Amino acid sequence: MEYVIELRNITKVFPGIIANDDITLKVKKGEIHALLGENGAGKSTLMSVLFGLYKPEKGSIYIKGKEAHITNPNDANRYGIGMVHQHFKLVHNFTVLENVILGVETVKNGTLVMAEARRKVLDLSKRYNLFIEPDHLISDISVGMQQRVEILKMLYKNNDILIFDEPTAVLTPQEIDELMKIMKELISEGKTIIFITHKLNEIKAVADRVSILRKGKLIDTVDVASSTKESLSEMMVGRKVLLEVNKTPAEPKEVIMEVSHLSMKSKHHGKDSVNDVSFKVRRGEILCIAGIEGNGQTDLVYGITGLQKLSGGKILYKGVDLATKSIRYRSLNKISHIPEDRHKHGLVLDYNLAENLILQTYFTDKFQKFGFLNFKNIYDHADKMIQRFDIRSGSGSHSVTRSMSGGNQQKAILARELDINPDLLIAVQPTRGLDVGAIEYIHKTLIEQRDAGKAVLLVSLELSEVMSVSDRILVIYEGELVGEVDPTKITQQELGLYMSGSKREKVE
Amino acid sequence: MKKFLMNAGVQKIFAALLAILFGLAFGVVILFISSFFISKASYPLDALYTIVTGGLRFSGLKGLGIIMRFMSPILLTGLSVGFAFKTGLFNIGASGQFVIGGFVAAYICIKWTFIPLEYLWIVGILGAVIAGGIVGLISGLLKAYRNVNEVISAIMLNYISMITVSNLVSIIADKNNPSRTSPPLSRIPTLGLDKIFGNNTTDISIFIAILVAILIYIILERTTFGYELKACGYNRNAARYAGINDRLGITLSMTIAGALAGLGGAMVYISSITKVFDSLLTLAPEGFDGISVALLGMSNPLGIIFSAAFIAALKNAGPALSRSGFNEEVVKIMTAVIIYASAFSLIFREKLVQFFTKKGAKK
Ligand SMILES: Nc1ncnc2c1ncn2[C@@H]1O[C@H](COP(=O)(O)OP(=O)(O)OP(=O)(O)O)[C@@H](O)[C@H]1O
Ligand SMILES: [Mg+2]
Repeated sequence: MEYVIELRNITKVFPGIIANDDITLKVKKGEIHALLGENGAGKSTLMSVLFGLYKPEKGSIYIKGKEAHITNPNDANRYGIGMVHQHFKLVHNFTVLENVILGVETVKNGTLVMAEARRKVLDLSKRYNLFIEPDHLISDISVGMQQRVEILKMLYKNNDILIFDEPTAVLTPQEIDELMKIMKELISEGKTIIFITHKLNEIKAVADRVSILRKGKLIDTVDVASSTKESLSEMMVGRKVLLEVNKTPAEPKEVIMEVSHLSMKSKHHGKDSVNDVSFKVRRGEILCIAGIEGNGQTDLVYGITGLQKLSGGKILYKGVDLATKSIRYRSLNKISHIPEDRHKHGLVLDYNLAENLILQTYFTDKFQKFGFLNFKNIYDHADKMIQRFDIRSGSGSHSVTRSMSGGNQQKAILARELDINPDLLIAVQPTRGLDVGAIEYIHKTLIEQRDAGKAVLLVSLELSEVMSVSDRILVIYEGELVGEVDPTKITQQELGLYMSGSKREKVE
Repeated sequence: MKKFLMNAGVQKIFAALLAILFGLAFGVVILFISSFFISKASYPLDALYTIVTGGLRFSGLKGLGIIMRFMSPILLTGLSVGFAFKTGLFNIGASGQFVIGGFVAAYICIKWTFIPLEYLWIVGILGAVIAGGIVGLISGLLKAYRNVNEVISAIMLNYISMITVSNLVSIIADKNNPSRTSPPLSRIPTLGLDKIFGNNTTDISIFIAILVAILIYIILERTTFGYELKACGYNRNAARYAGINDRLGITLSMTIAGALAGLGGAMVYISSITKVFDSLLTLAPEGFDGISVALLGMSNPLGIIFSAAFIAALKNAGPALSRSGFNEEVVKIMTAVIIYASAFSLIFREKLVQFFTKKGAKK
């Protein structure tokens, strides 16, 4: 049997860490080959080696049986390899079409010829049901659409080995289903796909074989059909993982925050993105705001956390109206916020891990005296957090957060926000990009918070998370609350009806 | 050893040194080529020796005094640019802030004779700091509250400052020469340095400048204030998220940057270098030298001390070079190449790391 891709004995070292340790990976033609591994296991690194972004210290790459020397993405392209990165690489003020042809433009007499490219793009879009509008600006289209543009870029270059690095982390459940369909299409055309994901369901649904990485080493490559979710996660983490959430019924206590008639102006259009929303959060419960992406949940959270001004309404927190209070007031009064976009809000990527871990507390007596930072305490604190939350990186507390793996960046934010022991925790997509082991830990922590009498406001797109973690669900649709449901008394399908706006009822 | 080389700070220093070597090598090539055309030229390597010693082989201690003297204003404008850069802003307005600072200092040291002369220079310096700060503040406010790019507002302020000063020359004009200002009555003291270095322009400004550099280093790297400012610079959204007042941060950063450049102005115009303002002013080159100094010093205040010394030495070597028969412009070319190379320092750094890790892996 010949393999399309053979990575032989790949070793890639970063300062302080062996990201890939003697990995041999063989991928068959026409299969969907999944890569599974904990945060920081080295998945993105291995794919970057294959794509020519990193030069490995040891090892060789064979494509279709012949040794290939891939030192940059252009080489990779010549071997038919394309990649959709964990964080997309699109030019935001270019149109879709311009992005697709970037780097492979057809030029006639020194000017760009777009007509032919446009035809080809439209053809491809139709053939794979991508529904792409070539003239839309990237900055105007949804994340799911942006990803399709990335896929189209690969198809346009006639790549037949396609790497997807965590493509589903940023997608809504509907978009995920569609992506899976597109992937199957591509396979039926004889293309080969390497698919990185943390979601075992997705692996079960589309992958043929799966390779498991742990701490830079290849543990095994197995057939998906003959393995279970449990066995996969055990191989990946090295211990049994609880895939179901275990919790007792909530015992809600007094109201800690009451939002009344809250409205927010949209930044994109003149209308309100959040319209007259009212609800209460109690101590001792996990309240979830569920909804399809783009229905106002982002702005609602911005309003509550103070990142954006309200256009109307009140937020009573412990009896004080937050509408005119600062962000600092909120954090001093024990409101924590795990933001939706970890790169935009959550981290100062050029600060190291220790510096990021004090972002909310640097001004407290523990970390400063007379305005001078106390580095001993700062680094001691970081080491404690690294221990407690199992944050993995090359140089420990001194690692620049930019160089950390996506999942470990997320863990750093969680560590910081939980450490201040909040009374109200606002968590937006807290498990985005995390491995099953970490998700188990986060869910357990959220429930512990609740049981300790804290309030948790969870905003999530992940239906299974919404259903299994929350005690009460509010559904948001086009900026309005359209339903309040009890997760133990509703099916996922029914919840879906509310989320898509087909079903609605008055909330309080 | 490997760990030592992996340290980001060490890499930066190496990269800067590489940039300098690169520039010097380029200079040697030019010297070689031009030596074919200049009949009385001495050996190119001899000329190189003149350059790397900053011309001190001819001028000795006196030259050292001159270098120290020229170093202090560009050290301060370098700090101004570097500080702004660390906090995510590009202060191209150092030139205007420098001129305004210098002018206010001169004005105070000519007009405010109600203050005893031995203290007047101190008041002049304070005035320069405040005036430069105000110019910076304007850019800062525009950026923070109106989202006006600081580069654009600063470039315009450079011209506004220059023209304002050339129009104000008349209020402190020299009676004999009304298009120029009269020399200040009180100056930054020399404290005997002029005697030691045998050069009457050498004064204590260099020590003030170095102290300020250390102070800025401490603010940036050791204080909560610096932590806040850098957070605003690296990621304004995250700073806001953390409850830091990002607008105030940006405003203060530009104000401090302006104050530093303004102080630089005082160091020229109330010093023993008897430079005065005239009504035909051009944009102050010290402001732009600051950009070079900050680049070569990698925006690190301590690095900037060395890069300012280096660039001042190169400047001093220019005239000495003509003694070896070469054109002094060669030094300018070399400086430019070094600045270019240091702008590419990231690439140097990467290559360095690759070079050493490969060596390490083989062992
Ligand atoms: N450019 C870099 N410099 C230093 N260390 C790096 C760099 N890139 C990755 N690393 C380190 O290498 C390890 C593997 O990272 P990688 O991004 O491959 O993980 P991953 O398996 O993709 O994780 P995740 O699921 O969180 O995305 C991590 O510990 C990370 O800190
Ligand atoms: Mg990754």
